[in-house]
Amino acid sequence: MASYSGSPADAFDVQGLKRKQSSGRSLFNTIMTGIAGLCIIITLIPLVLVLTYVVIRGFNRFDLALFTELPPAPGLEGGGIANAIQGTIIVCVIATLVSLPFGVMTAIWLSEFSEGSKVASAVRFATNVLSGVPSIIAGVFIYGLLVRTNVTGYSAIAGGVALSVLMLPTIIRTTDEALKIVPQEIRWASTGVGASRYQTVLQVVLPAAVPAILTGVTLAIARAAGETAPLIFTALFSPFWFNGFFEPIASLSVLVYNFAILPFPPQQELAWAASLILVLLVLATSIIARFVTRKRG
Amino acid sequence: MVNTVQENSTMTDVVLRAKDCDIYYGSYKAVRDVTIDIPRNKITAFIGPSGCGKSTVLRCFNRLNDLIEGFRLDGKMTYHGQDLYAPDVDPVEVRRRIGIVFQRPNPFPKTIYDNIAYGARVNNYQGDLDELVETSLRRAALWDEVKDKLQESGFSLSGGQQQRLCIARTIAIEPEVVLMDEPCSALDPISTLKVEDLMKELVEKYTIIIVTHNMQQATRVADYTAFYNAAPTESGGKVGYLAEFDATQVIFSDPKQEETRDYVTGRFG
Repeated sequence: MASYSGSPADAFDVQGLKRKQSSGRSLFNTIMTGIAGLCIIITLIPLVLVLTYVVIRGFNRFDLALFTELPPAPGLEGGGIANAIQGTIIVCVIATLVSLPFGVMTAIWLSEFSEGSKVASAVRFATNVLSGVPSIIAGVFIYGLLVRTNVTGYSAIAGGVALSVLMLPTIIRTTDEALKIVPQEIRWASTGVGASRYQTVLQVVLPAAVPAILTGVTLAIARAAGETAPLIFTALFSPFWFNGFFEPIASLSVLVYNFAILPFPPQQELAWAASLILVLLVLATSIIARFVTRKRG
Repeated sequence: MVNTVQENSTMTDVVLRAKDCDIYYGSYKAVRDVTIDIPRNKITAFIGPSGCGKSTVLRCFNRLNDLIEGFRLDGKMTYHGQDLYAPDVDPVEVRRRIGIVFQRPNPFPKTIYDNIAYGARVNNYQGDLDELVETSLRRAALWDEVKDKLQESGFSLSGGQQQRLCIARTIAIEPEVVLMDEPCSALDPISTLKVEDLMKELVEKYTIIIVTHNMQQATRVADYTAFYNAAPTESGGKVGYLAEFDATQVIFSDPKQEETRDYVTGRFG
């Protein structure tokens, strides 16, 4: 039998209950807590630095013109990035319209109708692979599919489709998981009152999963909105306002990429401002996503 | 050895009949050789230890086990003489006529009103929905408690109210038979009594089968009682079977099988 200090056989000693700072156990505890805390600080440094730097540099140019005017010609001052804001929103809407129906229907099939078939596990595997594909590959793929073949040329549509490829795995996965956690009893109950499988899925299961699906979709949008690589090949860029779905279109991320490497300070300032707006957009979507889930859940 | 009430001359019409039914999940035999006749407008209780297959048999009656992978039924289950598992029978129509209430209250994540109206809507109900919701809730003895908050979520109710909501949802589609799978096991004694009173009222119009672990409940509500038991198999698992079926009073006071006597007097296992 192991013997511990303060075993019932000994006489009771009040001191035995007190915390001993010098004991090996306490020391180990303190050191590990310190290391963990240090790691948190080191991890937060880049995040805080990037955010503050973007805010400081970007805030310089925060004025009405930024949101209402077109970018100036290289070397000139003033102007804004209104067309890029407009472009990013349009491209993201196209991407959502393309990926949402495909993604949600795929997830419905996976979760409700596949019944553990081999195809389903293949589709799940392919989805995981797709989510790991570098975004530039998605861009090249759509370039080869739509741009080179002149189906759409460099255009808003091509840009939106390229982003939808990136959004698809996130939407499929979050929807699939959201549907899976809907309790089985609710499906039985719906079946029990004489509903068909599609009635059950569309009227009972899907509504129950809507908050979680919305979160997934907004996070996918937030991720896609910041992508540059797939847009360079597909949506290209435009110094003008949106003028048709089959024309090249401006976007915030490509504007940052283009203007940041120009030698003119006014353009560089616009690039900083665009970065700030991009960060704020992503932040806003994430916050909305959380808000929606909390309210509905 | 299985004793059906079929020979009993006091028996009324038979609504559901199982004949020599073996039930499998994959290669696993869950229940063997069940033969039972369910009388119309009576409450029939299924009692027995856990894992004896009483819920499995219950769910076969409205083909809910179709949803479970690997499920297979050998033997014949008939409803008014019609084979329930005939290839041309639509399970959706079966479930509309044979409703079910589950062990845990499981309202839809919808309003109280829509919880009741859902079944009617999916079945293309042509009448007045408001009226249907009210009569169903009244029959489930829930109307007075919820009439002012029909647009609130079904989850806002207490457990006992939720279960009565589920019963109201089931009777809203006017089934002929109501299956109840341990409907009171998640409820406190007061809610349990309310549900039992409700069953006694409903049985004038419906046929009820109730699975219960509570033997007092069986004696309180059931006209007939079926005792299921489980026997070990050679492969180390166990298989459920129907040990005895008779009028409730006989099962609890003068059962013919030794195992039934042991179970109802608590000398089990």
